[in-house]
Amino acid sequence: MLYAILCYNDEAEVAAWSKDYDDKVMGDLIAVQRPMAEKGKLGPVARLLPTTAATTIRKTAGEPLVLDGPFAETKEQFLGFYVVDCENLEEVVQFVRELCAVNPGSGSYEIRPVGFFNQGTKSA
Amino acid sequence: MSEVDSEWMGLTLTGARPRAVAALYRYFRDIDLAEEAFQEACLKALKSWPRNGPPRDPAAWLILVGRNTGIDTLRRRAKQTELPDEDKLSDTEDQEARVVEQLDDSHYRDDILRLLFVCCHPDLPATQQIALALRIVSGLSVKQIARAFLVGEAAMEQRITRAKRRIAEAGVAFDTPDALERSERLGVVAAMIYLVFNEGYSTASENQRERQSLSGEAIRLARLLLGLFPAEPEIMGLLALMLLQESRAAARFDAEGDVVLLDDQDRALWDRTKISEGLALLDKAIRHNRPGVYQVQAAIAATHARAVRPEDTDWRGIELLYRTLEQMQPSPVVTLNRAVAVSKVEGAEAALKMVDPLAAQLDGYFHFHGLRGWLLMELGRDGEARTAFDRAIALANTTAEATHIRQHLDTLSRRQTRAS
Repeated sequence: MLYAILCYNDEAEVAAWSKDYDDKVMGDLIAVQRPMAEKGKLGPVARLLPTTAATTIRKTAGEPLVLDGPFAETKEQFLGFYVVDCENLEEVVQFVRELCAVNPGSGSYEIRPVGFFNQGTKSA
Repeated sequence: MSEVDSEWMGLTLTGARPRAVAALYRYFRDIDLAEEAFQEACLKALKSWPRNGPPRDPAAWLILVGRNTGIDTLRRRAKQTELPDEDKLSDTEDQEARVVEQLDDSHYRDDILRLLFVCCHPDLPATQQIALALRIVSGLSVKQIARAFLVGEAAMEQRITRAKRRIAEAGVAFDTPDALERSERLGVVAAMIYLVFNEGYSTASENQRERQSLSGEAIRLARLLLGLFPAEPEIMGLLALMLLQESRAAARFDAEGDVVLLDDQDRALWDRTKISEGLALLDKAIRHNRPGVYQVQAAIAATHARAVRPEDTDWRGIELLYRTLEQMQPSPVVTLNRAVAVSKVEGAEAALKMVDPLAAQLDGYFHFHGLRGWLLMELGRDGEARTAFDRAIALANTTAEATHIRQHLDTLSRRQTRAS
């Protein structure tokens, strides 16, 4: 069984960390990941850039709406995610528009640039 | 509590500071009292949190406790000595939730903007605006600020006290600003944040560490501001600009503390995460089709960031961007920067033609003489180059700048020796 683990924390606090402290925390986390990686059980790991860099695309009756900032609705739940390698925001937005077109119902997609990324060791 | 936890607590208190002080300022309408109340609340947090566990919303906890202690101080001042006991103050669980509800983001938004805005009072010289923002909003100690500005602690203390008195006398509107007022405040605050950044970025090698922390503070303030006003392209531009410049921090000075020019920097030392964030923000800003000076400057920085090697730099694009900036914000310094791009695209001769007419306006400016000397050197006009470099050295702001010019002078001397 594959599991996704989602990380939540107060961004204002994390942003207040000094570089040394941040590096230390990242080092500690990577050390915990290592045994999992060695067993070939670790999939992709990503640390997202701050929500100030986020763009949200909300589905509407007509064209999807492109909004600044992170996803903020509480009545919808986190259901899945993609990691894509694109030239710029425009290219991602275009891809997400295509997703919106075939994905029925309401809902939103949040686009967040990735800071730290590790492919992982799990084979497909 | 483990050592890491106490470190975490310090960082949490720092992170919550702008929100908490801003709310307390609205409540008490007195900066000193707001700061004092926050300080008291922090002391209580240091006692209470390890015992009861950290609250769900630290800022809300600090606001509530700070408000209670502030009221207390006022009562004491009015000689009505009635002190609620510690347990009563720490028992905030239920009230905390209520405060969170009352202080929704729209409130925070104008509170924090107001707090930043009072630091930018037009009567205050730039250095005092910066000092005040670092003290009040960021919570840096007077000692830290004094060290960054290379002045004594007592002198800095005095400067901040005087600045605070100035803003107390001036008075500031506490009612919610309308859209126009808000956008004016945003512009003023953005300019102040960029001042803080530049104070840290124009690093003197003697106190590099303290200064660099100023750039970090500026980035933190811009992030805070953008979080509150997420659809403002110029705030995106400002944050992008600072992140892209800051991404080069590790490559800007060599082991001796001397300046390393952009072309000579080891690009492997550039911070890729900061670059990614800067580029992402710029992409977002551009979608708004509302260009501004920060966005254009960020676009220039982004063009450098995208070049894998110096020779990959799109100088023609940079020249165009500077041309745009010249139209938005005409200034001889911008023209001087465009001349650098022109020298790369069309050569030193064309650049020198642009630079020379700026002499009257920029005669007292280090970079003017530095660039002019370099262009003359490129054209083989060594005598004139030497004169320009001598002038530049006399105007250097930091030892690193002077050292850099001295290297050019050494090159000229070597050339002369070879020729004779």
